[in-house]
Amino acid sequence: MSTETEAQVVLRLQGITKRFGPVTANEEVSFDLHRGEVIALLGENGAGKTTLMNILFGQYTADAGEVELFGQPLPPGAPRAALDAGVGMVHQHFTLADNLTVWENIVLGVDHLSTLSLKPRQVKSRIRTLSEQFHLKVDPEAKVGRLTVGERQRVEILKALYRDAKILILDEPTAVLTPQEAKDLFATLEEAIATGLSVIFISHKLHEVMAISHRVLVLRHGKLVAERATHATNREELAALMVGAEVSAPSIESRAPGAPLLSLHQVSTPDQGAAPGLKALDLTLAAGQITGLAGVSGNGQAALSDLLSGLISPTKGELLLAGAPVASWSPRSAIAQGIARIPEDRHKTGTIADFDLTENAILETYASRFSRRGWMDWARARAFTKDLIQTYDVRCPGPDIRIRLLSGGNMQKLILGRVLEEEPQIILANQPVRGLDIGAVNYVHEQLAKARDRGAAVLLISEDLDEIMQLSDVIHVISEGRLSPGFARGSMRPEELGGWMAGNGFDAEAPDAA
Amino acid sequence: MRLEPIEAPSPARRIVPPALAMAATFLVAAALALIAGGNPFAVFGLILTGAFGSKFALLETLNSATPLIFTGLAIAVAFRAKLWNIGAEAQLYAGAVLTVILGTGALGLPSYLMLPLCALAAMLAGALLLLGPALLKTRLGVDEVVTTLLFNFIFLLFISYLLEGPLKDPMGMGWPKSARLTSEARLPRIVEGLRLHWGFALALTAALLVWVINTRTTLGYEMRAVGQNAEAAGFAGIPVTRVILKTALLSGGLAGLAGFSEVSGLKGALTLDLSPGFGYTGIVVAMLALLHPLGVVVAALFVAAIFVGADSMSRAAGVPSYIADIMLASALLFMVLAILLTKFRVRRD
Amino acid sequence: MDLFDILLSASFWAAAIRIASPLIFATLGELICERAGVLNLGIEGIMVAGAFAGWIAVWAGLPLWGGVAVAMITGMMLGLVHSILSVPFGLSQHVVGIGLTLLATSLTFYTYRVVLPEVSSPPKITAFQPYEIPLLSDLPIVGPALFSQTPLTYAGFILAGLTAVVLYRTPLGLAVRAAGENPSAVAAQGLSVTAIRMGAVIVGSGFMAVGGAFLTLSAFDSFFFDMVNGRGWICIALVVFGAWKPGKAVLGAILFAAFDALQIRLQQTGIGAVVPYQVFLMLPYFLSILALVVMSRRAEIPAALMVPFNKGER
Repeated sequence: MSTETEAQVVLRLQGITKRFGPVTANEEVSFDLHRGEVIALLGENGAGKTTLMNILFGQYTADAGEVELFGQPLPPGAPRAALDAGVGMVHQHFTLADNLTVWENIVLGVDHLSTLSLKPRQVKSRIRTLSEQFHLKVDPEAKVGRLTVGERQRVEILKALYRDAKILILDEPTAVLTPQEAKDLFATLEEAIATGLSVIFISHKLHEVMAISHRVLVLRHGKLVAERATHATNREELAALMVGAEVSAPSIESRAPGAPLLSLHQVSTPDQGAAPGLKALDLTLAAGQITGLAGVSGNGQAALSDLLSGLISPTKGELLLAGAPVASWSPRSAIAQGIARIPEDRHKTGTIADFDLTENAILETYASRFSRRGWMDWARARAFTKDLIQTYDVRCPGPDIRIRLLSGGNMQKLILGRVLEEEPQIILANQPVRGLDIGAVNYVHEQLAKARDRGAAVLLISEDLDEIMQLSDVIHVISEGRLSPGFARGSMRPEELGGWMAGNGFDAEAPDAA
Repeated sequence: MRLEPIEAPSPARRIVPPALAMAATFLVAAALALIAGGNPFAVFGLILTGAFGSKFALLETLNSATPLIFTGLAIAVAFRAKLWNIGAEAQLYAGAVLTVILGTGALGLPSYLMLPLCALAAMLAGALLLLGPALLKTRLGVDEVVTTLLFNFIFLLFISYLLEGPLKDPMGMGWPKSARLTSEARLPRIVEGLRLHWGFALALTAALLVWVINTRTTLGYEMRAVGQNAEAAGFAGIPVTRVILKTALLSGGLAGLAGFSEVSGLKGALTLDLSPGFGYTGIVVAMLALLHPLGVVVAALFVAAIFVGADSMSRAAGVPSYIADIMLASALLFMVLAILLTKFRVRRD
Repeated sequence: MDLFDILLSASFWAAAIRIASPLIFATLGELICERAGVLNLGIEGIMVAGAFAGWIAVWAGLPLWGGVAVAMITGMMLGLVHSILSVPFGLSQHVVGIGLTLLATSLTFYTYRVVLPEVSSPPKITAFQPYEIPLLSDLPIVGPALFSQTPLTYAGFILAGLTAVVLYRTPLGLAVRAAGENPSAVAAQGLSVTAIRMGAVIVGSGFMAVGGAFLTLSAFDSFFFDMVNGRGWICIALVVFGAWKPGKAVLGAILFAAFDALQIRLQQTGIGAVVPYQVFLMLPYFLSILALVVMSRRAEIPAALMVPFNKGER
């Protein structure tokens, strides 16, 4: 396709280096992007992909190196330069304002701020034209807050196309999409490429990289370690290149289920803004089993996690613990009933950044274990924390430093220690390895497997299907607050699960429309 | 411009910005003194001697610091839990009113019962006054800054009504003023013959108690957790709403004590000018103290010294005493910036 | 019935519009700040400073509109202080706002004492006089109420229209609203969130100061220490009441002012003889709290209000 050598170079990065204090985020990164070409930028979290893009967009200035766009050097540190030259970016976290309409979001920043009018009619008609041309269906008058995640991504892409972008950068675009939506996205991209658009596709999902790109660049620790033509490589090689070594994930054998420890019976919860609540959901967590919950983000995982965490109660249906319905339900009673909760966002909900390790370690149990008649027993709390640090291998100077100074992995280890210390019978792990390096990922997975082996019921919520398929004894798929039947380990191929994730298969079972 | 957190601030990092903030405050004051035709050095000298130059001046400063310690503590407690109580002024008056209602002869109790009763009632009144806005915040999500501010105006009008109506001193010759407290309801002086009253000792004790609450008790831990990250606190099972309400009671109670101490220890009766804005100045005190209860004592002494000193300076040098208010407001703004700069580095990037 | 006569009298509505005018300026100012994502609690102090600055400038010989300009510039300078602390440094908007109110108020009182050291009562100026708009002012009730006001009141209404047009019809207004909803959307387009927010706070503070100056240059003809008397805080409630929309906020201000005018008149009726006057004076504040409570459930609060934006957080 674009492997002809004479294809025009649209973007050239030359020796880009960026340091943050002692950390080198990018080191001597150089590559070219040609007209009509898709290159995949592959790398783990923290490999330097985002920093590189921020340099391109003038948010950071590189310590060394140059960027050339269409043969012209790009002035460093000028946020508008790349945009004006025709580079569009779809960020992983959408940069849309919920309370504004689609057309307002698209036109934001297009005209100079001294322009007297927004010309809404012209804007909207152009958006309609573009959305037809590229099959990006969306209503320009709708408020963005009311759109689905897939629709929001279309708005982001339309934003770039509206500005006549010639280079489109997509940062983890499929993380929030169902397999079907991802397919639509790829179709749109194919069409755009045919018109001469060039694409940089940032991802760590190997099968997508293989499907869409012409060339793969692998970043590791800020360095460009490999460059492969997509047709001349394979997933195994790319995986090895990405992590730098053959990593052995813990191997996990299937287990027969034990007694049911927690069950949900026809449970419904209210919708939370755009995110659906649970819709008459049945689920049983059995002892000695890891139950995996697959699904595209924003399909009710938050509601289920909030429910099991004690943050919300069912509006309909029953929550049974060891067969008995729970009376009053709160985070504290969930903890008291032996539910260990590993929250999705360890910075915002899991820890208090400016508290020290001790204060964070006792956050859930201070009332029952470390205080007497209203007085804190700090000596005991500190000793307890020292033990945790030892047992769970938290790398830190000691129990008295603020937790914000810890790496994500060590922070997660402290949270693991905090909740696993009392050998809980039920474990709720919501995205437990997101953003962790591979070593910490394996550590967390081993701990979950260990808990299962001693008879705990584990619910693993993840958007990473590979993680779910690797760890779970039984897999459920959640879609718009509804739950699929449980599938035993190995009984389903990823594509089949993908169908469920897209919402297929539910209708026969639950005709409930709302 | 970008702010970059400093992981381990050096000692210089921690000391230099606050020192510069204080220097900047005095620089502003010096410039203003010059504009008013005063010699800055003479002005500062007069403020200093006015605040500490004689036994009388020193005791005056300590007396003036007393209500500021109470309101400063009230604000520090609330702000630490991110409860923005700007209504300490009204809560102070609520405490004062209760003291006057109980202490002007309605009850024939001996001093050792009368004083604790008045103090407790004052605390309760202040506490209940803040409970309203706190409930509006926790139940309906109404911003407590505006409600507590508006309550200040409402409550002062209420006091004005009381002093012209039910609580009016029959001997007051028409002035809006309450009857005087009976001697049983008056806080005695610490040393006979010196003007300093036991309210000051009570304030120091309160500071110590708040410090103990913060560092040693479960409630203190909970209040800090809720203030730093209410979401994480709630997730961990800390009853956030209840903690906020408890914080409100404690904060309002402390402000109420300021009213008790002023009426019972200093003024002996309630007038509409009982507090020249102690509730608002308490915000400056608390912020200068970095919300630390023992720091509040130091900050209150500093603020009181500037007020008392500026008052006597104004008479001698002709520079308006409002220079004190300007110094405190600019100290507050410079200091919050300085504290930020002890933790963050400014990067041009 | 008493009440009915009052509500139908032109003088009552004229008073309501007069009372609403300073609130309209200040509410619009606060609304602009909050739309960009900054709560400006400096409003009370900025109004005090604006009232004084406009008045002293006219007293010193400037024309009335010169006084308005001086007030506006004073407000913008105070807004600059607020915005530097609250936007690039991202300091607590509560603390910065309260601090600025204390600073602006004390600076004003200090300057007053320095400029007028010997006076026991402040000097008077010749304030804005009502200007009857030909034809329109002859309409019954509406004429005297709306079209026989001072030029500064007309300016307030024009400003409200202008604010609405800029906010909803121009790229600049869109950028301001986006900065208050999701600053990263603004930054992703290469626009400076810092500049937009600082600009909004500075301009908004200028409007607040003009609101203060209305008191000394139009409503009264002199300056008193407690003349703003919590109006700034009331305007914050009015912004919430108006759901952050200029039109609704202006309506809210008029409604509020009508209520205020009503309580003044009720004081002189039979009710006023029974009920203490303090109760009437409390009503505006109670009304503000009530407005906050009523609107709390459905307020379309800007999503990034009070959320500082630090570019390029890794």
